[in-house]
Amino acid sequence: MTDKVKLARQFIQAIPHAKALGLELTYIGQGEAEISMPYNAELVGDPRTGVIHGGAVSAMLDTCCGAAVMSHPSAPGGTATIDLRIDYMRAATPGQTITTRATCHHITRNVAFVRAVATDDDTDRPVATAAGAFTVEGR
Amino acid sequence: MARTRPEPMQVVKQRRDAALNALVSGVPFIRFLNITFDRRGDELTGVLNFDDKLIGNPFLPAIHGGVTAAFLEVTAVITLSWAHLFERIESGDLAPEDILTDENMRFPKTIDFTIDYLRSGLPRDAYARAYISRAGRRYASVRVEAWQDHHDKLYAQGTGHFLMPQDPGPES
Repeated sequence: MTDKVKLARQFIQAIPHAKALGLELTYIGQGEAEISMPYNAELVGDPRTGVIHGGAVSAMLDTCCGAAVMSHPSAPGGTATIDLRIDYMRAATPGQTITTRATCHHITRNVAFVRAVATDDDTDRPVATAAGAFTVEGR
Repeated sequence: MARTRPEPMQVVKQRRDAALNALVSGVPFIRFLNITFDRRGDELTGVLNFDDKLIGNPFLPAIHGGVTAAFLEVTAVITLSWAHLFERIESGDLAPEDILTDENMRFPKTIDFTIDYLRSGLPRDAYARAYISRAGRRYASVRVEAWQDHHDKLYAQGTGHFLMPQDPGPES
């Protein structure tokens, strides 16, 4: 079990795009994962406001959901996104780290269902939420 | 009365390309992903210029699902903004430099976005085109499709809803 968590952590940290976004895996295990993304001016969507682009938030939500699936006790190995829906509640506050937490709440032999929430320093008001279906890949 | 003489082609192209360039190049995240836009008349095609940093699964290798999501969303927002501003760009009411500098200029805000991943993204360039299904005064609904080698074999598609920037009142 811990081996799989270690493997998932290594796998996520080896993703080139996760490195490019500056993603840090802060928690993983039992179908849950938490990833944070420090503020980075390169990821800004509108230079007039300094707000991070929704696409960068989508990318971290997708990564976090995938990590949650891989860490689920019933997941034999890898995963790929089938579909992902993202709701944007508000702009992330410029300068703040964004943190996403994903839960794989149901898994079958073929499909994993995941929910995720992204917040900044104001953890009571989500920046975005995601709901998705992921494949369950055999070994 | 004879119609007015059409503008020289270079004038039209220069104006449109300058406006499109201002819209796209002002966004750091679009530069980060190295997304560019091809323009034919008012029709835009987003191009995701491949780079190793876009990889999500280094073993396959495949483009990161999050990159695909961002690519579709960027294409949707730029296409929507372009359509929203096109008349004002054409009439000369909006100068390209204003798109970059005007403090009151705002992009449409994404309300929600849904992505279907149809095939894994191969490690090469990808293309996307957005179709505005409905552009209301407050809300817009946009469909986007993305492909790599064959336009009829989409590797991803998406739908999004957007809150349109509210026009700054009557002409001042």
